[in-house]
Amino acid sequence: MSQMPSSQSDRNCTSCSVHAHLAQMGVSIGHYDYLVALAGNPNTGKSSVFNALTGLKQHVGNWTGKTVTRAEGGYQLQGKNYKLVDLPGTYSLLSASQDEEIARNFLLFGRPDCTIVVVDATALERNLNLVLQVLEITEKVVVCVNLMDEAGRKGLEVDTRALSRDLGVPAIPTVARTKEGLHELARTAAGVISGEIETKAKRAQPPHEVQKALDELIPMIDAFAPGLPNARWVAFRLLDGDHKVRQALLSGELATIEAAQTTTDERFSRAISIHGSQ
Amino acid sequence: MSKSLSTPQNILDRSDQLRRALDGDFRDQVVSSLYGEAQRIAERAVRRDSSNKWDLDQRIDRIVTSPVFGLPMMILILAAIFWVTILGANYPSAMIASALFSLEHQAALLFESWGVPDWITGFLWHGVFRGLAWVVSVMLPPMAIFFPMFTILEDLGYLPRVAFNMDWLFRKAGAHGKQALSMAMGFGCNAAGIIATRVIDSPRERLIAILTNNFVPCNGRFPTLIMLATIFVAVDFPPVFASIAAAGAVVGVVLIGVVFTLLSSWMLAQTMLQGEASAFTLELPPYRRPSILRILYTSLIDRTIFVLGRAVMTAIPAGAVIWILANIEAGGTSLAQHVASFLDPLGYAIGLDGVILLAYVIAIPANEIVVPTLMMVYLGADLMTELTSFDEIRALLVDQQGWTLLTAVNLMLFSVLHNPCATTILTIWRETRSARWTTIGALMPLIFAFVVTFLVATLWRALV
Repeated sequence: MSQMPSSQSDRNCTSCSVHAHLAQMGVSIGHYDYLVALAGNPNTGKSSVFNALTGLKQHVGNWTGKTVTRAEGGYQLQGKNYKLVDLPGTYSLLSASQDEEIARNFLLFGRPDCTIVVVDATALERNLNLVLQVLEITEKVVVCVNLMDEAGRKGLEVDTRALSRDLGVPAIPTVARTKEGLHELARTAAGVISGEIETKAKRAQPPHEVQKALDELIPMIDAFAPGLPNARWVAFRLLDGDHKVRQALLSGELATIEAAQTTTDERFSRAISIHGSQ
Repeated sequence: MSKSLSTPQNILDRSDQLRRALDGDFRDQVVSSLYGEAQRIAERAVRRDSSNKWDLDQRIDRIVTSPVFGLPMMILILAAIFWVTILGANYPSAMIASALFSLEHQAALLFESWGVPDWITGFLWHGVFRGLAWVVSVMLPPMAIFFPMFTILEDLGYLPRVAFNMDWLFRKAGAHGKQALSMAMGFGCNAAGIIATRVIDSPRERLIAILTNNFVPCNGRFPTLIMLATIFVAVDFPPVFASIAAAGAVVGVVLIGVVFTLLSSWMLAQTMLQGEASAFTLELPPYRRPSILRILYTSLIDRTIFVLGRAVMTAIPAGAVIWILANIEAGGTSLAQHVASFLDPLGYAIGLDGVILLAYVIAIPANEIVVPTLMMVYLGADLMTELTSFDEIRALLVDQQGWTLLTAVNLMLFSVLHNPCATTILTIWRETRSARWTTIGALMPLIFAFVVTFLVATLWRALV
C-alpha cells in the first residue's frame, strides 16, 4: 500500500508557502527538469487543471472530446521547471481511435516523470477504469479527483484517502475552476517524482494462463530492452496483438527509449554538477 | 527462455504462440476484471447522500432533448443568436466603416499634399487600406457578438445535446451521430470543425464528417449572409420586424446547409464510403455555469482576433490585387472588368454575375473578403463613394449593378454551398493525408453550388 509522506515533514517543509511557490510559466518553457502528463476521461476538467497550473488559456469547452491534440505548457515549483502535457481525454487506452493512441503512445514513449490522471468525482467508477489502465503502464501516478464541488451538489462524498489507499497512489481532491487543491496536486506530483512519496500501483490479477504467458514474455522483453519500466504492459499488449507495439518492437523504438532516457539523465546530471546545486 | 533468444522477432513469434494458446476471450476477461475492480474501489470511496437533488439537470434535459421540443428549441436558439448578432452589429459596423473610410480620405489628401505620386497613394490607401477597412468593418462587429454567445452555449454543455437531438438524422444518413458536434464547431470555423472530427472513431464516418463540414456556414461567411438578409429580405418588413426577418432568413440558409450536410453524407455513405453507422455512447455533461471572463477571453482573443487577423492578412494582398485589376486598363476598360465580363455568362447562368464569381476566386484564401472584394470591384476607381450604411450598399447593388432578389438568394446559396477556403482545404489534407479526398472535399461542394444555383436561377426565370 502507499506510503504518503509523514505529516510531520509535510507540515514543516513543503506546505510552507514561501518554500512551495507555484508559478505559472505558460509556454515559455525551454529547459525543463521534469515532464508531467495530464490524462483523464473527456470532460473531467482536464483542460481547467492544465490552464490553472500553467496559466495558459487553452479553451475549456463543456463537451466530450474537446482536446483532440496535445497541448503543452509549464509551471515552476520549488525552483524546478515542470513541463505539462495535456493529453486527449479518453475513456480507455485499449482501442484504436486516434485520441486514445495519442494518449497511450505518450505515456509509453514520451516517458513522463509523473502522470496526473484527472477523474470526475461525480462519476468515479467509470473514471477509475482509465486510472487502472494507466497504472498498468506506469506507477508514477497522482489521481486528481476533480469536480469535488459538483459532487457535493449532487450529494456525493468522495473519500480520497480510501481511494489512494485502494489505488496505491496519491489521490488529491480539487476544484480546478476555482484552483482549489491544485497547489497540493503540484506538490504531490513533485513528491512522486522525487520518490518522497512511494507509489505501489494497484494492478488487477490477470487469469492464471495469462499470468503464465506474461511471466514468460517479460524476461524476454527485459533482456531486449533492459530497464524499460513497463515490460509487463508491453507483454500484455503483445499478447493482445497490438500492432503499434509490435511495430515499436520491430523498429527498435522500444529499445531506444531507454537509451534516449539515459542520455537525457546524463545531460541533466551534468547540468546539475555544473551549477553546483542539489 | 534463454536471453540469447531476445530478438524482436523471437519475442513476437513467442507472443503469437502464447496468444494462440490463450482463451479467445482473454481480453474480455481482462477488461471485465478491470471494470470489476473499478466498481469495487469506487463503492468503497463514494458515499451517497440520500437526499440528493440532482434531477434539475435531468429535468432540463427532458425538455431540451425531447423528441418534440428538442429540434424546434435548437432552431429558436440559433435564430435568437443571429437576431442579436444582426441587431447589435448594424450600428457599430457603420461607425467603424465611416471612421476608417474618412481616415482613408484624409490620408490620401495628406499624401497628395506631399506630392506623392497618385499611383502610390491609390495603391496604398484605396487598395490595400480600403480592403482592410472593409474586412474590419464587415467582420468585426458580428464576430464580436456571435462568438461570445456561441462560446456560452459550448461551455454550458449545450453542444452534446445538439448531437443528441440530431443523432437519428445522421444515423439515417449513414454517418456518425457525433458529426453533429463537428458540424456545430464548423459554425465558428470549418477548419476547426474538421479537426473536431477526431472524436469520431470510425475512419469511414470521420471522412464523411470531414468532407461535409463545409456545408455549415462559418463565421467568415455569416457577414455576407447577414448583409444580404438585411438588404434584400428585411426591407420588405416593417422596421420592428426587420431584424427578426433577417435572422429568420439566415436561419433558413443555415438549415439549407444542414440539409445539404445530411444529403451529401447520405450520398457518400451510399457510394464511396459505404458501411453501417456505428453505435456510440454520447455523454451528456452536467450543465455548468460558464465563467464569464474565460468566455470573453476565448471568444474575443482566441476566436475573434484570430479569425479577424487571418482575414486581415488575406485582405491586404487581396486589396492590392483588386486595386491593380481595377486600375490597369487594357483597351479602355480595366482588367477587373475584362475578367468580370469573361465570367459574366457563367455568372448569369447561375443567377449571379461575373464580378461575384471574380470575388469568389479572389476570396479562395478566406471567405471573409467576398463582400469587400465585391464592393471594391463594383466601385472600381470611383473614390468618392463611401458606403457606410446598408441603405447605401443596397442602392449600389440594386440601382447601379442590377441585383435582384434572385441574385441575393443565389448568392446566399452559393455562399453556403461553394468550395471551402484554402485553410479548410489544407486542414482536410492534413487530416486525411490523401490527395484524392482533399480534391473531393474541395470540388464536391463547388459542384453542389453550381448545380443548385443553376436550377434555382432557371426555375426562377421560368416562373417569375
